This record gives sequence, structure tokens and C-alpha cells, in this order.
Amino acid sequence: MQTAAMIDIRNLSVTFNRGRKPVKAVNGVSLSVQPGEVVALLGESGSGKSVTMRSLLRLHPKGTTIEGSMTVAGRDVTGLTAKDLGAFRGAVASMVFQEPRLALDPVYTLGRQIEETIMRHEGISRSQAAARALALFQKVKIPSPERRLQNYPHEMSGGMLQRSMIAMALACNPKVLLADEPTTALDATVQIQILLLIRDLQKEYGLSVIFVTHDIGVAAEVADRIAVMYAGRIVEEGNVADIIRSPRHPYTKGLLGARVELAHGRDRLITIPGAPPDLAAMPPGCAFAPRCAQVSDLCRTEVPALMPIGGAGSVACVQCA
Amino acid sequence: MISIVEEPAYDLPVGERGGPAQPLISARGLIKHFPVKGSGFMKPKKVVRAVDGVDFDIFKGETLGVVGESGCGKSTTARLLMQLILPDRGDILFDGETVGGALPLSDYRRQVQMVFQDSYASLNPRLTIEESIAFAPRVHGIAASRAIARAHDLLHRVGLEPSRFAGRYPHELSGGQRQRVNIARALALEPRLIILDEAVSALDKSVEAQVLNLLLDLKRDFGLTYLFISHDLNVVRFMCDRVMVMYLGKVAEIGSRDAIFENSRHPYSAALLASMPKMDPAERTSEPPLSGDPPNPIDPPPGCRFHTRCSFAESICSENLPPLASVSESQSAACLMSVPGSRHSRAPALMEA
Repeated sequence: MQTAAMIDIRNLSVTFNRGRKPVKAVNGVSLSVQPGEVVALLGESGSGKSVTMRSLLRLHPKGTTIEGSMTVAGRDVTGLTAKDLGAFRGAVASMVFQEPRLALDPVYTLGRQIEETIMRHEGISRSQAAARALALFQKVKIPSPERRLQNYPHEMSGGMLQRSMIAMALACNPKVLLADEPTTALDATVQIQILLLIRDLQKEYGLSVIFVTHDIGVAAEVADRIAVMYAGRIVEEGNVADIIRSPRHPYTKGLLGARVELAHGRDRLITIPGAPPDLAAMPPGCAFAPRCAQVSDLCRTEVPALMPIGGAGSVACVQCA
Repeated sequence: MISIVEEPAYDLPVGERGGPAQPLISARGLIKHFPVKGSGFMKPKKVVRAVDGVDFDIFKGETLGVVGESGCGKSTTARLLMQLILPDRGDILFDGETVGGALPLSDYRRQVQMVFQDSYASLNPRLTIEESIAFAPRVHGIAASRAIARAHDLLHRVGLEPSRFAGRYPHELSGGQRQRVNIARALALEPRLIILDEAVSALDKSVEAQVLNLLLDLKRDFGLTYLFISHDLNVVRFMCDRVMVMYLGKVAEIGSRDAIFENSRHPYSAALLASMPKMDPAERTSEPPLSGDPPNPIDPPPGCRFHTRCSFAESICSENLPPLASVSESQSAACLMSVPGSRHSRAPALMEA
């Protein structure tokens, strides 16, 4: 099972060496994604979910220390040279970002940006690339695609831009799609359209998808499996129905319990006290221990490992082992 | 709960005037159009119809939620109420008095305060948080020492220990802590109405729940009224007594929470509710309830503004603008399907009197 994984991350740690203290944003994350599987990385800001995903395309600034190993479609990502990376990004794995307005170039039309991507990777003529771009725009259901390809990013709405981003990400038939909160900046009515589009395209192309989100509802709509991150570590992982119906880790329980949907007829929400720890000054032991209701002495000294539990999930908590 | 108000903090009396049945604030025919740059010279003059004829009341002690897509005029309505921008037309009545008329603006602002979405941008980075909180009372003539003492009380009240936090600057706090400071600052003038414009939207879920609980506690303890703007319908359902749904500068539907969430009468409200992600992976959404993005408020469609995206639209919908009409005791909707005799095939028949 593990040999066939499309994405295999082993013991990944990412340390940013800027500022006074080095900050370890990701701390020993292991995750594997099968071909055709959608995994949601769920976590709050600063939990390391985006950093984990960006590592897969090596998008970090210079001076970032990456430890551990990452394999995507049989290639060792940690060892790729700059030239190999250029061929890898977009053709094997590509990414959809949260803010399409920042990710797209404002001075070129969308058609030109997509054509450029295809020509760079496949060395075909502009007219062939233009035909491919048109087909992609039809695929992502952009109305009047011929006209829209001639538009600049500022001429389009957020939902249309995110569709264009997805078209561009799929331009060179990648095997892996990395989606970094692609619907967070959108209205709910547009968000659901984009989620359904990603789900349909994923099925059609058999893509492996890592979907980063902070919204449990979004994860429930798109994911097969959910990995919950807290302070740079995966604390719980399992298939989507198990995580939502019977969470095991106290943090996941707290996150699901704090949902306002559950509060009908109650005048207070159940909350997790406190705030996530400072990544530059992590507590020894379990990072969640200072906020945990079931904390024991062992939690404060020892970092719990992610252990398999009954069924298909695993959890990193001494109380659940 | 610790009571921090031993004595009336300010010498000027403000407070109850018209009795509990009178709405605390009433918006009457609010209109705000923003001119579009680059139009008007040799070209037709264009305007963004941000708020285009909005009427509503907020009753004393309630929380009114405002929901809608981006560009529907939620935030413009909030800014008009706060008089941060002036309406082109229309009046705001605060407890029966016209704001800017019988009620001078400075008296009004003491009674209405606002908390914004961006907790960092709304604090002065050069002031410590106790100075920020004490600023408005000092403008209103409170002695510095008393204003600072009150700031400490308020910090304590919103869950920030004054001895640790009072001297800090905004950049030294987390997003949740900064939003608590903004809430404390809004409370400093002992207002009666607080406008919360996406005040919890930028916070992480676990912190959001803490701040929502705080807002509920403060509402009870200080007898506040809230206008709660949010794009998160789940949060609105939890927080609000009544809900107003806006679409392209107009009120689509307004009513009690139960009426809107369980028996919505406007197809837009229904679509908005159906767009929320389902929490159960076995019941995933299969069809998007609405297609396309919200239309541009520069050239809103004629007739009912929603008819371009509405699955019940008929030709009559592009001709007649539906009025906001009462459909039950606790609910009003602006849809021709609810107007008797509107020539929409689903409209109820006109009753002979």
C-alpha cells in the first residue's frame, strides 16, 4: 500500500531561520496520499498546514531548513535540482492558491498565462497551446471562454479567477493537485461551486489532491481522509466520516465541539480555552497539553507519536493509545 | 461575573427614552451611491448602487444579523448607521430622534460603537492598548486617570489581565486578543448599540467561539443591542434574534431567526442557506444552489435584482421590482411569489376584500 502512494511524506520538518529565533513550523509530519485520493489538511492559522504543502513544491524562501523525505509520483522532491524543479512544478504537481489576484500576473491576459505554462512544459506552438487553453476554460465551466481568455485578471470576479487558476493548474495534466485554501476568500454561494468543480475534476482525471483548509465543513464536502494539524504536527488522521462522527484526539473533539451548529438552544458555546502555542517556544511534551482537559503528567514531558487506532485512523495522544 | 461599574462613569445622562417598544434604531429609505471613477466625462456617468433603499428597525436588546454575498451592501449599511459615511438620502432615527437633527452627532456616537473585521488595522499602532481604550472617554471630557482606570476594568472584563496587557502595543497581541481590545474600546463609552462588522470572521474557530461567548456575556451584563454582520450563517444562527438578508443593495428578506432559517420565503435566502457546506460526508451537496458570481452593483438588473440567478424567475420578475412586504407576523420578503396578484404563477391569488 505504501509503495504505491502518490505522495509520501516521511518525518518532514521545516524550520524558518529568519528573525531572532528559528521557528520550526512543521515538526515531524508523515503523510501519504494514494492515487486518486483527496486528503484535507485541517488546522488553524500557524498549525503548519500550508507550510507542509508548500514543501512539496519547495516553495519556501532561501535559508529554510527542510528535513525528512518527500516523494511525489516516485520522485524525491528534496533532492531535485533547480532545473528539475522547473519541470516538476506544474507538470507533476501544481498548486491552486488562496488569493488568485496575487497568484496571477496582472499585466498578461489569462489566455497568455495559460499558454505560456503549456509552451514552457511541452514545447508546442502558441496556436496549439491556445486551443488547449480554450478547452481548459470550457472544462472549468467559464461562460463565453473565448472572450474570457482575452481578459486581464482585474476584469474578472473572484470565482471566475479561481476557476482560471484551476484551469492553469491542470494545464499540463499533473498527477497531483495541491489546493491551499482555494475557497476561503470566496462567498459561500461561489465556494460551493468551486468545491464541486474540484471534486468533479478530481474524479475525472483521477488526481491526488491535498486540500488545505481551516473549515471542517469544506473538508467534509471534498475529502476522503482528513489529517488534523496542531502546532506543526499531525495530531489525528483518519477517513472523513470517522473524524467527523467520532473524533479521538482532544483537540479534534474540541474543534468539532466548538462548532456553532451544535449550539441550538444553548446560550454558550463549548470552547477550547487558551490559544495555540508560540512556535518559537513550544512546550515540552504534547503541544496541546496546556489547553487539554484530559492532561496527565506524561503529556507534559513526552511528545506522543501518531499511533494507529482501530480502523483506518491514527491519533497522537497518550490518552487514546 | 465581576461587576466593574460601581458608579455611573459619565456625568452626561444617556439612556432609555422612548420605552421598550420603540426600536432602538430605525433606518428609513437609506440610499448610498458611489460614483465610479473614470465615468461621466464623455461617457455615461456610472454609480455603484451600494445601498439602494433600505429600511429596517433594530429593537432594544436584540441582535440583528445581516447576511449576504460580498457587494450586497452589508458593510456600507453599517458605515451609514455609524455615520462614517453620509447617506445620499434617507434618515436614521435613534430611539425616536433623527441623528444629526434632534440628536447631535457627538451624543449619537457615544451610544453607538463599532468593531471592525481587521483587528490590527483598527488599532493605532503607536498607542498602548490602555491608551487606545481610554482615548474616546478622554475626548468626551473624562479625566485621564479615570479613563485609564476604566480601561483597566474593561480589559479585565474582556478577559485580558490589565497588569499583563495594559502597556502592550497592538503588534504584541494575537488576533483574538486584539479583537478583545477592540471590543473593550467599543464598550468604553457605555454605548447602547454595537455594530459588529465581521468582527469574528478573521479569527480561528477555537478563538472565534471564545469571542462569541464573550459577546453574549457582555450583551447580557451591559444590556446591549447588536447589529451583527457576518458571512457565516452558522454563526448568525447562533448569535441573532432576527436576520436580514441583503442582495445587491436591497433587503431581500428580514425576519425572526427561526422564520429565515426554517421557513425562508425568498429564493435567495434559501439558496444562501443551501450553499453552506454540509457537515455530513454522506450528504454532500451534489448541485450548486446558485450558479455564477453575484452581479455587479454598478448595473443591477432591472425588476427583481435576483431574477438573473433565480430558478423561479418568470418574465414578470424582470419588469416589476418586488416591494418588501410582510408575509407573516415575524417575516417580510421582497419576492413577487409572495405578493398576491403579482402575475407570477406562484403568487397567491388576490383576495377580494
